[in-house]
Amino acid sequence: MPPEDFVSITGLSFAYPGGRQILDRLEMRIAPGQVVAIMGGSGHGKTTILRLIGGQLRPQRGAVRVAGQVVHELNTRQLYLLRRKMGMLFQFGALFTDLSVFENVAFPMREHTALPEALIRDLVLMKLHAVGLRGAAQLMPNELSGGMARRVALARTIALDPQLIMYDEPFTGLDPISLSVIGQLIRRLNDALGASSIIVTHDVISSLKIVDYVYFVSEGKIAAQGTPKEILDSDIPFVRQFVKAEPDGPVPFHYPARDYREELLGPHAAR
Amino acid sequence: MPLADLFPAIGRRVNNGIWRLGYAARFFLTMLGRSGIAFSRFSLTVKEIYFTGVLSLIVIVVSGLFVGMVLALQGYNTLQRYGSSEALGVLVALSLVRELGPVVSGLLFASRAGSAVTAEIGLMKATEQLSAMEMMAVNPIARVVAPRFWGGVIAMPLLAALFSATGILGGYLIGVVLIGVDEGAFWSQMQSMVDFREDIVNGVIKSLVFGALVSLIAVFEGYDAVPTAEGVSNATTRTVVTSSLVILFADFILTALMFRGS
Amino acid sequence: MSRTTLDAWVGVFVTMGVVALVFLALKVGNLGGSTLSNPYKLTAEFDNVGTLKVRGAVKSSGVVVGRVSDIEFDPKTYMARVTLSIDGRYKFPKDTFAKILTSGLLGEQYIGLSPGGDEQMLASGDTIARTQSAVVIEELISQFMFNKASEGAKP
Repeated sequence: MPPEDFVSITGLSFAYPGGRQILDRLEMRIAPGQVVAIMGGSGHGKTTILRLIGGQLRPQRGAVRVAGQVVHELNTRQLYLLRRKMGMLFQFGALFTDLSVFENVAFPMREHTALPEALIRDLVLMKLHAVGLRGAAQLMPNELSGGMARRVALARTIALDPQLIMYDEPFTGLDPISLSVIGQLIRRLNDALGASSIIVTHDVISSLKIVDYVYFVSEGKIAAQGTPKEILDSDIPFVRQFVKAEPDGPVPFHYPARDYREELLGPHAAR
Repeated sequence: MPLADLFPAIGRRVNNGIWRLGYAARFFLTMLGRSGIAFSRFSLTVKEIYFTGVLSLIVIVVSGLFVGMVLALQGYNTLQRYGSSEALGVLVALSLVRELGPVVSGLLFASRAGSAVTAEIGLMKATEQLSAMEMMAVNPIARVVAPRFWGGVIAMPLLAALFSATGILGGYLIGVVLIGVDEGAFWSQMQSMVDFREDIVNGVIKSLVFGALVSLIAVFEGYDAVPTAEGVSNATTRTVVTSSLVILFADFILTALMFRGS
Repeated sequence: MSRTTLDAWVGVFVTMGVVALVFLALKVGNLGGSTLSNPYKLTAEFDNVGTLKVRGAVKSSGVVVGRVSDIEFDPKTYMARVTLSIDGRYKFPKDTFAKILTSGLLGEQYIGLSPGGDEQMLASGDTIARTQSAVVIEELISQFMFNKASEGAKP
């Protein structure tokens, strides 16, 4: 019998009020210790999955189970307790701009624990050391580069040693060096903490190097899944287009429209 | 706009306004329920008093001084025609303590501190800082909104009192030092005509109400802002406009209730 | 900015605000000098109180000795009953005369007390028997007109 999944998603459907269907009967499972990537084009509900796991949104149908608990059935207090086992890295870090790097990392500890100041200081410096930014402790967030801000946010995310770390587009807008630094950190921290990680991304090259398993999401459904090797060798047209970064294919270049010739030359065309 | 479209448009606006009012009321109650942290960890509120109160000090003191000086100049011109220029102190003090102190400092507070609070909370929302806080199991209403609200509520009456006091000093400078109204008459007439409970306490109550209204509007608009650059700038504008209108409206209601002309 | 300097600034700010409030209360308002020390109550009945108001001044020889604390209509005598709070330091004889006066031509109305020569003093709850009502300017004018008219009518 395989080990209990840390996160399991069953029959998950979600639509914003009055909007189109974002997720449609999604199935997904993440085992403890795994790093899983969720890939897909922009606007296909990848970030929505993370928000559903974190309990910031409620699904219309289906359920998300984290550590055996159904997220949307918890009351506020239970949800907040569950969230202490989670960490989430937002797309641009979401550092608190009015607090220094040190205070940002110390924030979850100050809010949730009554540790003495000396211990908080040591813990913060350890977390910052893990992301290589111990020397930047006294800087303010606006003095950091994009890659550094992301690493500080990562240190804050792991401040309370979460069992599940979620990354929302961690590779966006980074230079190649920062890119591989973040990639390495995600893998190393996951293994060091014995946690599970979910990476939402559309950066195929960076993520395939570090993940154990990949889900491709398209139009609210799982379009493909497999290990990185299976994905690279896949002959599913959608996956091939994505991995090879071809502009046209199953994901069309054109937004659905009337026939081009008819629109330009037809009876309604401008004279 | 054709007339046929006008009425549905008005209807939608009214509908939308009522919906927002209800939402704001619910937000206010939630915030009151979550205000414990603003007092149990008072340093959070102290920090907001710094941002709303201390940073508004200069604009409040300078405008208070000039408003008082203008009042003295204008008042003297009118009063001396009736040979009662000693009443200048009364005129300056009553206008400041009853009306101009709370109202003008409320308007300045809305544009100086209210807009800043809205922009700050709106930006925190736009940059996902509020979401990040929620994911760290910290309630943003308790941690971010409530201290800002209470900071404003505490700072506003102090600012209004400073405004009135510097205004009266400005009036003294112009009336007594520059024009030469009798100093004894200036102060004694003021003291015999300005009543502590009727005028000063009522003025403080007004400024407390304005402080609560402006702070509520500021935190609500920030929290409710569309999380984009444009949305935050719209919310900031709305804070200043709504606060100003609400202050003037509330001032009318409060004045009617307080000074019924006994 | 470190937490301590910030706290100091807020401290300065709050102190300034409180000082301003105290200034308003004592120097601008009447909380300072004019509170009455252990006041006692007297009543007086007037035919007409004019525009006398609650909290109006009670003066004797031009010095404020008390405040009007209540004005009501007495349905038995059809007169206005005015309650005065008089400073405990000042005692007035039984035959004191209470008049409603006007400061200046159109100013505030106040109550003037002219002490008589009685040996006995008014005690708390006593009524001042001798009063003079407010001068109502309309009555004054109509009286004047009437006198003029009757003078003119005389042959």
